[in-house]
Amino acid sequence: MAECHPVGFQWVMEAKARGAKVIHVDPRFTRTSALADLHVPLRAGSDIAFLGGIVNYVLSNDRYFRDYVVAYTNGPVVLSEDFCDTEDLDGVFSGLDRDSRSYDNSSWQYEGMEIQAASGQRDAEYDKRTGAGASVSAAGRGEAHGSGGADIGEGEPQRDETLTHPRCVFQVLKRHYARYTPEMVERICGVPQDLFRQVCELVTENSGRERTTAFAYAVGWTQHTVGVQYIRAAAVLQSLLGNIGRPGGGILALRGHASIQGSTDIPTLFNLLPGYIPMPHAHKREDLDAFVKAEAASKGYWGNMRAYMVSLLKAYWGDAATPDNDFCFDHLPRLTGSHSTYETVMAQLEGTCKGYFLMGENPAVGSANAKMQRLGMANLDWLVVRDFSLIESATWWKDGPEIETGELRTEDIRTEVFFLPAAAHTEKDGSFTNTQRLLQWHHQAVEPPGEARSDLWFTFHLGRLIRQKLAGSTDPMDRPVLDLTWDYPTKGATAEPEAEAVLAEINGYDAEGNPLSSYEQLNADGSTACGCWIYCGVYSDGANQAARRKPGKEQNWVANEWGWAWPANRRILYNRASADPDGRPWSERKALVWWDEAKAEWTGHDIADFAKDKSPYHRPPPDATGAEALSGTDAFIMQADGKAWLYVPSGLTDGPLPTHYEPQDSPFPNLLHEQQRNPVRQLMPSHPDNRYQPSGDEPGSEVFPYVATTYRLTEHHTAGGMSRWLPYLAELQPEFFCEVSPELAAERGLEHTGWATIVSARGVVEARVLVTDRVPPLTVHDRTLHQVGLPYHWGPNGYSTGDAANELVHLSLDPNTHIQETKAFAVDIRPGRRPRGPAAVELVRAYQARAGIDDRTGTEP
Amino acid sequence: MGVRTWIDSWPVYRQLKGTDPLGRGAAAKSGPSARLTPRVASADRVVKSVCPYCAVGCGQNVYVEDERVTQIEGDPDSPISRGRLCPKGAASLQLTTGEAREHYVLHRRPYGTEWERLDLDTAMDMIADRVIEARRAGWQWEVDDVRTRRTLGIASLGGATLDNEENYLIKKLFTALGAIQIENQARV
Repeated sequence: MAECHPVGFQWVMEAKARGAKVIHVDPRFTRTSALADLHVPLRAGSDIAFLGGIVNYVLSNDRYFRDYVVAYTNGPVVLSEDFCDTEDLDGVFSGLDRDSRSYDNSSWQYEGMEIQAASGQRDAEYDKRTGAGASVSAAGRGEAHGSGGADIGEGEPQRDETLTHPRCVFQVLKRHYARYTPEMVERICGVPQDLFRQVCELVTENSGRERTTAFAYAVGWTQHTVGVQYIRAAAVLQSLLGNIGRPGGGILALRGHASIQGSTDIPTLFNLLPGYIPMPHAHKREDLDAFVKAEAASKGYWGNMRAYMVSLLKAYWGDAATPDNDFCFDHLPRLTGSHSTYETVMAQLEGTCKGYFLMGENPAVGSANAKMQRLGMANLDWLVVRDFSLIESATWWKDGPEIETGELRTEDIRTEVFFLPAAAHTEKDGSFTNTQRLLQWHHQAVEPPGEARSDLWFTFHLGRLIRQKLAGSTDPMDRPVLDLTWDYPTKGATAEPEAEAVLAEINGYDAEGNPLSSYEQLNADGSTACGCWIYCGVYSDGANQAARRKPGKEQNWVANEWGWAWPANRRILYNRASADPDGRPWSERKALVWWDEAKAEWTGHDIADFAKDKSPYHRPPPDATGAEALSGTDAFIMQADGKAWLYVPSGLTDGPLPTHYEPQDSPFPNLLHEQQRNPVRQLMPSHPDNRYQPSGDEPGSEVFPYVATTYRLTEHHTAGGMSRWLPYLAELQPEFFCEVSPELAAERGLEHTGWATIVSARGVVEARVLVTDRVPPLTVHDRTLHQVGLPYHWGPNGYSTGDAANELVHLSLDPNTHIQETKAFAVDIRPGRRPRGPAAVELVRAYQARAGIDDRTGTEP
Repeated sequence: MGVRTWIDSWPVYRQLKGTDPLGRGAAAKSGPSARLTPRVASADRVVKSVCPYCAVGCGQNVYVEDERVTQIEGDPDSPISRGRLCPKGAASLQLTTGEAREHYVLHRRPYGTEWERLDLDTAMDMIADRVIEARRAGWQWEVDDVRTRRTLGIASLGGATLDNEENYLIKKLFTALGAIQIENQARV
């Protein structure tokens, strides 16, 4: 965190100055470790074993927060008799179909009912619930909902508040993690038992009524074939300890781009519409009612999904969207499975995808298996790159690695390339959503230079031109484009669209055009329009709330008059849980919001993430639905049962509980189970440039004996498009390097400041060698493991140059999120520079041959 | 210059007689250094902004003089950053005004070996034509007898570095065009 989010880390240091203990768990020693009380190096790819070990410690030593667990989690809920755990089936859950590489989750349900997912996959239940749907072949992929919303069947779940029923979630958890002992953690993660026990003690001592512990993570947790289960493991632990919804608690995602949260909320993502409404899948005879019936929850705020959806359709299609035509629901394109960025690359290689826009992203070096990315682009009809400088994704056709190896010839590449210079943040108005869901407006300072334009300008005028060219068309294909509301006011000589007008549409307005102030005002009858329901209120009273800048010094510590956070400017989600079931703070020290009996409302330092006037003693009538069905103690208001889920009965594609699996490529066997890898991880169709490696005890795995991981440095930004071209930053970190321990350097003859060649079954790169104690060898499975640290910022262009670490990485994905496993894979390292020209390709092929790799290696479920 | 002024201009004299015996402040100042002003002092206006790098969201003050950005500093009012910026944020001036930025449209013809200049309007018109064509080529009314009303002909990647308003228009336009392969860094 000190390395990649240094200014945010000042708050960790403030906490430390007030007595907080800081623990840093990371294979490498960084600026964070230097300031932490404890640095715990572990093997990359083993975090579920580590977190599971802490869960086991908490459960077997009775260190959980019992009142919180009983009141606010699904710990007391009894599971169906059909459920079988990984402990029963040697590493897989009940419902696995190895042929289709998928789980049927019907055996994971609560006793007596069926729950739909708060997040993730829902389509599997579709047919059963609507009675009319027919799922198209590949639709059974995960669908990330992000923000809650589960349906619950008829009746009430069976509960045992003594937590002793053998099939209650709490007891299932106990059995599931019983073998995650300190000895096992030591053997799998390489963390000595004493050090591990110290972590357990510190975390549990600092949790409970009087104290809270926070976990902060970044892509070191998400970029795995079990990435979602990493986060789930932290969620299980934090829910047991009562650290969610309370000040100083939480599981905090440290995101790496200025508006990566915003681009998830208002998604440029294939599977989502704004506000985490799922993109519709292709089903027979699906109309708006059937869609809402299948996707909305009957309890909690997702119960109002129809209002959110109709308001979005009104924002998109305005007057053309009427009750008679289902508000243009049919105008939305339909999914048939996953269409993520990696499937898009495969579609480019197949020739289906012919045109490609890159807007501020540099996949030629920044995406996993960079070579596949470039080969995909080399098979396009046209490519549009919008960026500040000539990044690698704009120039691969003349100077990319495949030109050097002879695999591509510039004269043979038919891709037409347009480079359009982009405007900087100082040259346009607009809002970023930061990592804590806070929208902040940046004001235009000057006009962009030359032909540089904002992406708002580009998208608006591209749409305008397309609509002009299609005007008068009677082809039903063109109806959605021509019906679109696309009349934003523009300003200045460049005809820049008014960003604030777009924000007003995102916020929403009523039938008279007045701005809305809350998503509770949204209607399902077409009388309101709203571009993103969770952002409703950001333009309340016609004022840009994201531009509020009351100085922090003039506010309390919550500072809720700086910018605007979704939802409803609440700064800590699920903060009803900061008070006990009666509505009193768990402790004075940790008070955040509480029930004011005299005023009969929730009050406190933050805005309550709860209906303001709903008493803690409120019990809904049995026939209530939506938000009305939440009781006064259902703190987790986006969940179907109002509870934090220690166990996920539905919604995840790869299991209801986090289980340790080895990464796709790993030098080690899975010590816990026969099952080596996540059985339902997502692999790409066979391709000679995306080979997987043998793992564990399989012959050939010794060819790639070292674990590698990628990461960032303070002085550069992601794939370098915004940092390698800056002389200041290039001087601070002038070229690609790898970090290795003195022991590994001695073993392989690597010299400090010399060159190393790093090889995987996908590619070969060279890097300057930094011999350092910062990446210490670990003892894993009773032998010494060396790890290789690879900052991934580089490519051949700009002032600071080097090979891209992403050349080494395979495409194997988390099945829920379709995120690639960049953070733990296996490589070989040797001294000297890499071969040039065709010899580079030959070296990789020779490694593949030596390890006995073919198209089936590593692909078994 | 009088004798008195001449003696006063001598740092050792000021150090011995003045309020700065250690010579680390006023005594050490030369005429030119005494006349120095911060480069932000002459700015015509200060524009409130947000750092464009990571998602911490540090506040920035953008100083503008003669319609040029002359400096970018941390905003002390921000309750998030309290005026601080990291090395990247502190280099924002170079990001936004540096020489490495391209200011004009470039075009590479199919099978071409070099970039060529193209004016922006022509480029926009050509891109619009190509979108319409690729969209039709990749159009699918149905897949396996189920209505899809979409195109696989065009894809877009990027958004996490852009504004919410930009992401909103991208998703809105491409969805209306029937494109579904719309992705950004959040997937990576």
